[in-house]
Amino acid sequence: MTAERALLAVEHITKKFAGRDGELTAVDDVSFDVAPGEFVAIIGPSGCGKSTLFNVIGGLLGGYEGRVSVAGERISGTHPSIGMVFQEESTFPWRTVQDNVAFPLEIAGMAKAERQERAAHFVALVGLTGFERRYPSELSGGMRQRVAIARTLASTPRILLMDEPFASLDEQTRVILGDKVLAIQQSLRQTTLLITHNLTEAVQLADRVLVMTYRPGRLKRVVDIALPHPRTPDVVESDAFGRYVAQIWHDLRDEANRGIEEAEALALRQGRRT
Amino acid sequence: MTTRAVARGVGIATLVLAAFAVEGLLRAGVINRFIVPLPSQVLAALPRIVVEEHVLARFGQTSLEVLWASLLLAAAGIPLGVMLHRYRIVRLACESWVGALAAAPIVLMYPLFLVIFGRSTTTIVMIGFAAGLAPVILKTLEGLAATRVVLQDVGRSFRLSNAQQFWKILLPAALPSVFVGLRLGLIFAMINIVGVEFLINFGGLGQLINELAERYDLPGMYGAILFVVAASILFFDVTERVERWLRPNT
Repeated sequence: MTAERALLAVEHITKKFAGRDGELTAVDDVSFDVAPGEFVAIIGPSGCGKSTLFNVIGGLLGGYEGRVSVAGERISGTHPSIGMVFQEESTFPWRTVQDNVAFPLEIAGMAKAERQERAAHFVALVGLTGFERRYPSELSGGMRQRVAIARTLASTPRILLMDEPFASLDEQTRVILGDKVLAIQQSLRQTTLLITHNLTEAVQLADRVLVMTYRPGRLKRVVDIALPHPRTPDVVESDAFGRYVAQIWHDLRDEANRGIEEAEALALRQGRRT
Repeated sequence: MTTRAVARGVGIATLVLAAFAVEGLLRAGVINRFIVPLPSQVLAALPRIVVEEHVLARFGQTSLEVLWASLLLAAAGIPLGVMLHRYRIVRLACESWVGALAAAPIVLMYPLFLVIFGRSTTTIVMIGFAAGLAPVILKTLEGLAATRVVLQDVGRSFRLSNAQQFWKILLPAALPSVFVGLRLGLIFAMINIVGVEFLINFGGLGQLINELAERYDLPGMYGAILFVVAASILFFDVTERVERWLRPNT
């Protein structure tokens, strides 16, 4: 795909951090595009720079080499076209579900009646009708993450950028929530970039999966997921699903092993120092 | 019955039981009656100190002083805490000084305040304010510093201005800690206000306690102390209600 056709273009992104043992390259020369309406997942082992990439694309992290463009326009810093959903629980505990979802509309200066109506629409979209007046502390982890997704969708971003949004949830909730997110993505034709370390989640949701190497994070392989649309929850039971998972795991296994070995070596070195 | 009502009932029952226990220990001679009066005598003294000693007017005066000190604490302490959070250099320069202020026996400086403000309500309010300032500043700073980074990142992702980031995210997130600071400041202020009233024999409940102590009217004195406790409960309750109003579901 050319950068001109892409809604999101990430070109030659390299991000380095100054560390105790010298400069550390977290992400090295990563390039990819995301087409309008496409669902792309980036998968990699812990420490491959996935979250760094999330922060670079979302504009929360500067000082990188390369270029991020939305619809051909180079962006730096946060951008209204990109809506972010975070890995950590990020709802505002002092706001009700409805007021959390209405937050970006309130910031945009929308009249109260109108923003409440639109917030109610997005609350319904994530299946939380009836919980509008509840506070996040009264909800489960999965419900809170749905509030965060609804809040981001309420800002009507052209690109939904999600960093392991289901990481803190149990496997069953994760699969069910994945189905829900996929249904929303397909109904809105929402361009989505998902950062994850979960194989089944990546195959279940994405049209394309980008596999990253362990540090420094580079793109190792791109896997097109040719599972039919609309995808139903039954897709996880198909043979093709299993083959995709096995194929990606084959690419990922060596990287994950390398990550574990390097983490253990680092722990050993730090143990010797102390 | 709600949990809150049950808790309140248990609290009152505990107080009544404690009063009965003290009464019993006094009557048994375990506690010296020349130091501690019988709780029943304290209760019996209440109508007398209301009618003869005008304790309600004194209660009103002390409460007004505490209210002024509290308003000053909120008006000065919270912005100072925000300033320490906003400017790292100021925080590094001043944080330990503010911590030291919290431990300082401000009440002993009352002669200096008398010189500056005279033997007046202003002296009492200003000593209460000075005594309560440090916890308000420190807890405001602590609350702002403890705001989860991800909440601030949400604000950044929605492109909030610095002012919006403060009013919409930092301050609401810090409010529980700010109110802990205000309540601590209130306790310090109240102790010092009643203490200075006692020391300079001026004003509300502190002066009354001083007069009753000098007359060796122990039941009356303890009765007046109960009004100090009542004022403390009143202010605690008000701050809790304001906090729940500002940040529901706290």
